[in-house]
Amino acid sequence: MEHYISLFIRSVFVDNMALSAFLGMCTFLAVSKKVQTAIGLGVAVVVVQMITVPVNNLLYTYLLQEGALSWAGLPEVDLSFLGLIVYIGVIAAIVQILEMFLDKFVPALYQALGIFLPLITVNCAILGGSLFMIQREYDFAESVVYGVGSGFGWALAIVALAGIREKMKYSDVPHGLRGLGITFITVGLMALAFMSFSGVQL
Amino acid sequence: MTTATATFDMKEIKSVITKPISDNNPIALQVLGVCSALAVTSKLETALVMSLALTLVTAFSNLLISLIRAQIPSSIRIIAQMTVIASLVIIVDQILKAYAFETAKQLSVFVGLIITNCIVMGRAEAYAMKNSPIPSFFDGIGNGLGYSAILIVVGTVRELFGSGSILGYTILHPIKDGGWYQTNGLLLLPPSAFFVIGLIIWALRTWKPEQVEESN
Repeated sequence: MEHYISLFIRSVFVDNMALSAFLGMCTFLAVSKKVQTAIGLGVAVVVVQMITVPVNNLLYTYLLQEGALSWAGLPEVDLSFLGLIVYIGVIAAIVQILEMFLDKFVPALYQALGIFLPLITVNCAILGGSLFMIQREYDFAESVVYGVGSGFGWALAIVALAGIREKMKYSDVPHGLRGLGITFITVGLMALAFMSFSGVQL
Repeated sequence: MTTATATFDMKEIKSVITKPISDNNPIALQVLGVCSALAVTSKLETALVMSLALTLVTAFSNLLISLIRAQIPSSIRIIAQMTVIASLVIIVDQILKAYAFETAKQLSVFVGLIITNCIVMGRAEAYAMKNSPIPSFFDGIGNGLGYSAILIVVGTVRELFGSGSILGYTILHPIKDGGWYQTNGLLLLPPSAFFVIGLIIWALRTWKPEQVEESN
């Protein structure tokens, strides 16, 4: 149990998807003007990450990795080069299914998430989560924890940035730095702050 | 093809290549493809490899998608584009692993993440789906170069001032090897890429004021 809690804390703070691995930056910078929308997107990312990382873990373990097909009598087959196309296919399919499911059974949440769900397919935090899971060789239980943790960390970061940007409306930013420029510098400072977690061992 | 259309093509090709570098830069103005720009620029070498990989993928995905654009039903176009892009990225990934293993190791997951790099998707969706193959190919090259320009500037600044060298050759002799230059450790840390890109955007927008956004 301790191991999983430590993995969760590490993936939320120390290895924060947005602020220490810099993934999902396009949406991170573009959809962080209001706290309300940032929360919506954050929830969507947590849900998708929670499903896709474990599913990709199962696919990798039982289909793709070297020797994984031994249950089918093909112990020499190594399909790991197909990984990228499989993961992105899984992500696109799960996002699509989730969209139809929410539309039918939880229309309120579907309305709230709106345009963000389809956007998540091309959010590199999602694909990055699956790729890091493969690279760090997590087992199934670890991949569930890692999926939730990394999604939650990303959501936390975007909500924090949206909060800062809402306050920034009142400040006098140099002309050429307005908008994107100052956002970059703000995110840089946030990332520096998050680096203080980097020595933490649990 | 008549000469008139040929010259028109040349002009258009020139404009689709040069426009994205300063006027419509994918990173600085369109906010696309930022993730990898931050993570791979602590050394110029990785930045160069990444730029080359991205430019090739964007150019060829634009070419291929434009070739089959009439056959793709619009309801499943995202998946169709994804499949083309993912196949190209797999090819690039395998080539890098075969011929530049050390660099491929340093780039880690970021080669795979070219699939979700918004520049590739964005150009496929915005340009290749509407234009003929040859201009689409050059549009891909142009946007790849716009991305490369930012990556190379950031990579140069970070490697030169962060460790006093460029591409591994010492330029500013660091103190720890008996020289005079006090290396700036901050520039080797990932957050510094944000500051460098923020300042580049500031410089670019001072040069071209029409890009300035009015609100914060």
